[in-house]
Amino acid sequence: MIVRALRAFGRFWWEFLVGDTPELLGAALAIVVLAVLLRHQRDVAYVVLPLTAIVVLVASTIRGTKRSAGSEQTVEEDA
Amino acid sequence: MNTTSTTVLILAVFGASLVEMVEALTIVVAAGVTRGWRSALEGALAAVVVLTVLVAAVGVPLIHYIPIDALRVVVGTLLLVLGLSWLRKSILRSSGHKPQHDENAIFAATTAELTQGASGSRRDGVGFAVAFKGVFLEGTEVVLIVVSLGASQHRLGIAAAAAGGAVLIVGVVGALVATQLSRVPENTIKTVVGVMLTSFGLFWVGEGAGVHWPGSDLAILALVGLFLLVTRGMVWTLRTWRPPVTPRALVEVDG
Repeated sequence: MIVRALRAFGRFWWEFLVGDTPELLGAALAIVVLAVLLRHQRDVAYVVLPLTAIVVLVASTIRGTKRSAGSEQTVEEDA
Repeated sequence: MNTTSTTVLILAVFGASLVEMVEALTIVVAAGVTRGWRSALEGALAAVVVLTVLVAAVGVPLIHYIPIDALRVVVGTLLLVLGLSWLRKSILRSSGHKPQHDENAIFAATTAELTQGASGSRRDGVGFAVAFKGVFLEGTEVVLIVVSLGASQHRLGIAAAAAGGAVLIVGVVGALVATQLSRVPENTIKTVVGVMLTSFGLFWVGEGAGVHWPGSDLAILALVGLFLLVTRGMVWTLRTWRPPVTPRALVEVDG
């Protein structure tokens, strides 16, 4: 029972943090590193931190459109 | 902490709770209709009690024992992952690249599944379990948001109250118009909450690491505006320049 609960707990965090978009976790960690590195150059940080988030969001979303196009194509091929 | 961040906190928690609880209510109503209301309501109530205990058990020690800057970096990272993920999903849905979430379809699928082997007795283990699981799983994300936002601003009570308010409203409205759940503009709410979570996440990561944003808490509003613009721009761009292979798919049942 406890093992099952721990497994479910681990699965929840894996799905939540990684799931099918590991790039988002990578981006969040990269932003943390950038924030630490740029804490004394605030003017740069004000631009770089949001820009990093936007670039990753755009890239990940475009990857999502390719994946959805691929799955639709597969369905059509199967049919 | 000024009223700007408190207002954004309340709106973010309330919106996130609203979306997740609409999804949970669909499952509870399906369990109630097919397996009996008593078991479904008991299951839902038990899940709410467990989630409330989780907020108190995890949130209160976080506030008292973890250094605030470290807490803000960790919380900011979690909010960034969650916010970017919600934004990505809502952009794909709005641009037609991912099926819309359809509560009617989920209700029909769950009802059909639960009708098989319905016992008809007053206490039903399946009905209890399905309702508990539905509320608990959807509520876990709400707990995460309540604890993260509440703890990082030392506003756990306000965050919990905002989530409680959303649960109450969804419960009352759901009881009155259970069949109208599909009219809730879920993707719009998810977009707005995704923008808020991403903005909060970026703000707290910066603050925790020592980057103090210009205008202090007002920077959150600037970030919200920026991410709203980016989201709208991406939806427009994807619709115009990268339309889906087939028109907007029908519904999504499992996500």
